Amino acid sequence: MGVLEGKKILVTGVLTEESLAFGVAQLAQQEGAEIVLTGASRALSLTRRVAKRLTPEPEVLELDVTVPLQAESAAEEVAARFGRLDGVVHSVGFAPESCLGGDLSRAEWKDVAVALEISTYSLKLLATAFAPLLEAAGGGSIVGLDLDATVAWPGYNWMGVAKAALESLARYLARDLGPQGTRVNLVAAGPIRTMAAKSIPDFAKFEDVWDARSPLGWDVRDSSAVSKAVVALLSDWFSKTTGEIVHVDGGFHAMGA
Amino acid sequence: MDNDAAFDKFKSCAVEVLQVPADKITPDARFSDDLEADSLEVVELVMALEEAFEITVDESELEGVETIGQAFELVTSKL
Repeated sequence: MGVLEGKKILVTGVLTEESLAFGVAQLAQQEGAEIVLTGASRALSLTRRVAKRLTPEPEVLELDVTVPLQAESAAEEVAARFGRLDGVVHSVGFAPESCLGGDLSRAEWKDVAVALEISTYSLKLLATAFAPLLEAAGGGSIVGLDLDATVAWPGYNWMGVAKAALESLARYLARDLGPQGTRVNLVAAGPIRTMAAKSIPDFAKFEDVWDARSPLGWDVRDSSAVSKAVVALLSDWFSKTTGEIVHVDGGFHAMGA
Repeated sequence: MDNDAAFDKFKSCAVEVLQVPADKITPDARFSDDLEADSLEVVELVMALEEAFEITVDESELEGVETIGQAFELVTSKL
């Protein structure tokens, strides 16, 4: 019996088979969960196509995090289908080109605002929309994907700022949703070659140092350890853990050099 | 499958995913300039081609693929 047996889990951010969220969705199914995916605007058809590569093929709901009404209707659809929700996976991030790479100061507020709305505020949007369904499941678990925001990275720029705010927001949501039993945690993953990673101009600089500095080593093509951690946090095995950031990075964050 | 039949199949995938008229799908057509396809659409096209031709394309193989002709060549190299 899997650790997510009988659980209903909503997974955002599945774009391709390389997406971190795809690995999570696949493992969650293997561990007994029934999943639904969400896809946003232009990427919706891509998500629908990649959903066919999961067994059983999950339903895909439209959810663009910049359209709050879509979060409400997604919640209504989940309510009609399951009546509750045991977990939400937040794997949503986007920053306009001006926010990534080069001089940090070239990005104007309107672009930074887009990055923050999609990459940070979206966690609040999902948490609020699905809180009643999580409560109906006895609390449930929200897990978000993060890149360690305690330091500055090459090229990551405003996405790094958005991740720092995401880390803070996760703690505040953990505070506010704790009384209803909902846990909110993040997984700070090492770099994985996904569609999202390709848009980071200096991604190669992460790749070069990560494996060498991590005591456990790191393979940018293998996100299985990330999937396992997310699934573990979705499960009942972390029942008193909230507001936490679990590093799944080969141990990179703990090393000074 | 001969080359023409393969290209027709390729073309119908491209028309469906990129939502452009069939006559725009020529070997010289560039994804970004001529077909206004972004990276998401190109990835989706590749997924459609994988299904239609029953092949597997690694994302790393897409680096440097900018035209319909290059993408078609990549597909036929796997048949």
